Amino acid sequence: MVEVDLSLSKDWQMSSPIAIIDEITAVAHDLKLSPVTAIENIVDDIPTFWVDKSQLSALMQVVRFDLAQPFEMCFDLCAIDETERQHKASHVSDFTVSYHLRSYDRNLDVRIKVALNKTDKKLASVCRFWVNANWYEREIWDMFGIVFDGHPYLCRILMPNTWEGHPLLKTHPARATEMEPFTLPPDQQDIEQKALQFDPEVWGMKRKNKNTDFMFLNLGPNHPSVHGAFRIVLQMDGEEIVDCVPDIGYHHRGAEKMGERQSWHSYIPYTDRIDYLGGVMNNFPYVMAVEKLAGIVVPDRAKVIRIMTAEMFRILSHLLFYGTFAQDIGALSPIFYMFIDREKLFGIIEAFTGARMHPSWFRIGGVAQDLPKGWDTLVRDYVNYLPKRLDEYEKMVMQNSLIKKRSVDVGAYTTQEAIDWGVTGPGLRATGFSWDLRKQRPYGGYDQFDFEVPLGHKGDCYDRCRVRVEEMRQSIRIIEQCLNNMPEGPYKAEHPQTTPPDKARTMKDIDTLIPHFVNVSWGPVIPAGEVAMFVEATKGIMGYHLISDGSTMSYRTRIRTPSFAHLQMLPLISKGQMVADLIATLGSVDYVMADVDR
Amino acid sequence: MFEYLWQLEPLWKVVEISVMISLLIPIAATLVWVERRMIGIWQDRYGPNRVGPFGILQPLADLLKILGKEDWVPPFSDRLVFVLAPIIGAVCVLMSFAVVPFSPSIGVSDLNIGLLFFLAMASLAVYSVVLAGWASNSKYAMLGGMRAAAQTVSYEVFMGLSVMGVVLLTGTFNLREIVLAQTDGWLIQTQFVGFFVFLIAGIAESHRLPFDLPEAETELTAGFHTEYSGLKFALFFLSEYLGVTLISAMSVVLFFGGWLMPEPLASWLPPLFWFILKISFFVMFFILLRTSLPRPRFDQLLSFGWLVMLPLALLNLLVTALLRLGGII
Repeated sequence: MVEVDLSLSKDWQMSSPIAIIDEITAVAHDLKLSPVTAIENIVDDIPTFWVDKSQLSALMQVVRFDLAQPFEMCFDLCAIDETERQHKASHVSDFTVSYHLRSYDRNLDVRIKVALNKTDKKLASVCRFWVNANWYEREIWDMFGIVFDGHPYLCRILMPNTWEGHPLLKTHPARATEMEPFTLPPDQQDIEQKALQFDPEVWGMKRKNKNTDFMFLNLGPNHPSVHGAFRIVLQMDGEEIVDCVPDIGYHHRGAEKMGERQSWHSYIPYTDRIDYLGGVMNNFPYVMAVEKLAGIVVPDRAKVIRIMTAEMFRILSHLLFYGTFAQDIGALSPIFYMFIDREKLFGIIEAFTGARMHPSWFRIGGVAQDLPKGWDTLVRDYVNYLPKRLDEYEKMVMQNSLIKKRSVDVGAYTTQEAIDWGVTGPGLRATGFSWDLRKQRPYGGYDQFDFEVPLGHKGDCYDRCRVRVEEMRQSIRIIEQCLNNMPEGPYKAEHPQTTPPDKARTMKDIDTLIPHFVNVSWGPVIPAGEVAMFVEATKGIMGYHLISDGSTMSYRTRIRTPSFAHLQMLPLISKGQMVADLIATLGSVDYVMADVDR
Repeated sequence: MFEYLWQLEPLWKVVEISVMISLLIPIAATLVWVERRMIGIWQDRYGPNRVGPFGILQPLADLLKILGKEDWVPPFSDRLVFVLAPIIGAVCVLMSFAVVPFSPSIGVSDLNIGLLFFLAMASLAVYSVVLAGWASNSKYAMLGGMRAAAQTVSYEVFMGLSVMGVVLLTGTFNLREIVLAQTDGWLIQTQFVGFFVFLIAGIAESHRLPFDLPEAETELTAGFHTEYSGLKFALFFLSEYLGVTLISAMSVVLFFGGWLMPEPLASWLPPLFWFILKISFFVMFFILLRTSLPRPRFDQLLSFGWLVMLPLALLNLLVTALLRLGGII
């Protein structure tokens, strides 16, 4: 039996926050990089620095190509409307664009910030350095109206084409009551529908070539195999796909905007619904980020409970993936067996939390409740039950020759392509690249657990499925270790800013009653600062980039989701496929539209 | 007065045909329930079990529901062909049943070229799917229709070739005579390969999983019948299930001795029952296939057909002919 001692656990920390600035200026002397100031209070240790917008392209050239170990992945790109921010440094202007880049060789991230004045919301595009910056820049334009010079095709991505205004601006209304009541008269409906019509010329596609007239097939937003409201327009020659344009935004709920008007605590249920199959896995990066800002240390028992439930949701999500992947290929039965397994596991989740798919169970500083009596029997039964079922599915799905025929060498991409397009999670590991955040940058106590990182080698649909299947077995291992090593102690930190606040002595002394009253009614006030925390979620790396302005609500909530990046690379892998291959590929990518659109 | 009885024979045929049609259609409808129930059981769930005992009245409920649906013809479709397509399908399958010998005394027609008639009707049934795909004037339907055309045209070839062994051995195209020729032993003993090819081609002809590419709901939403609703949709469904029954019946007639059974068993039940039992076995097999297999890709299906099935069928025919010539069988 593996002994797990959480007291030895230490979260991963990046080294050399300053060294990277020196390294860059050593390569390019004329670059002026200014380090962050104390007032910004960036508490994650991602090296961050500012650059003038005129030098952005030059800096990106260095960072992407000229450094010895370049930052080859554009991990995230976001903007911040700083106009209403109270605690801001002198070099911060009206808008900030923040580039989050990653080097796998160094195992180091870097955050580059550019200040923009509201009279000149223009910036050079970085699409020529990182192809996947394309969608991120479109999103920033969509949300903030910042124009990127040199972008291939800057247009709306999450909002409908007919939308007026840029939603994440502080001036844009955040509540329905601040706007006119919504109506959709018939003439407006016609306009909206017309705006949805696909015009190949706009996307630089030809309607025909010498030999053929292409067919443009509108797959989605409602289609049995697009797993949600996702539209992909295919340019086809017969059944072969010549090119395609993914169109997202049908599931956009403005989760980031909601973050700006929910208290730190009451935003937790919203996070559950980002990757709606991930349950508490979504709470994880969010509460970690808030805890980091507030300086809360989570007790060991809460850590283990969190890991255990998060791994349960990894299994739940992967089981659904497994079944739907088989179903997309045409095997009707596996999903029903897997739903039985999910049902059993949901039973355990329900016993723990009272809810099933969206428990919203993590709290700032710990979890909502202690585990119920007899939880260990429930979990032990399941730990003994699932591996046998997985063995059966192995025969039914993975060894099935038709499934192999449909998925081996279909929808393959290389490690390099995966990194170029920002792919993370099982999709990246299926290419044979061993990079799991839980191993490379342990968080929340994962460093004390014994598990392996399953790898594929071809990066095709089959490998993506294989990696997930093996991950379920590893999750079982982790859950078993949690089961055998559950520490005693509190399930929530003793800290005034935990939610809901400690109530034990409220009726005895006024000094506890007042903070309790204030923290319950207003919610905790989190110190001003900035933080980004990430977890290895079910579909890849998911993270929250939070900026607090010292208030009861977040000033900016940026959600980095894995599925967004994964969908962007679809045109690359689907070219030359048959329609049926595309369906298998879509199934194997395992995205959730709520995760893409937020 | 008895000399005029022969004039009643056409009338008797009309009665026989009406009885057969009025039995076949409910049977096909019940098959939908059987399939859903069996798949449910095989997938560890219940399936429809609410309407009537064990849910057996489900087909009736389905029928009522479908009758109550708006009979919608999309404005962009080719109206006449759109309406005609499902009818062609149902008629072709029903016509094929005319030549099936159910028992020594039951069977609408002992056509000399019964087997050829069946093959011809199977070929004509393709028009139903292709025309539906074309007339719907929708892209998914057209892709489905295209797939159906390619798939059925290729698999028809093997289906025709696979039964030639049977014809060689029995020396007739008459299905009743083919059954009678199996009195001493079913043809499956010598025609195993032929049966295998016939069955696969038959599944392909009836568009059932794993060969349901023309409708492939995960790819083409519903393929050729995407635009259909109400009674016209029901007709497609009807012909699919009748098709399943027909292919099962033909497998039994051609390879498993029709209503014949070896002696101790034969006296237990009337021949018709044996025939129905055998058909049920194959129908169950069809349903089980649907629950257990994924779907190949379009090009894989066609290359499997031309590269595996065609040589197999030809080889079977050749070997049968040689053995026949050598007088071994």
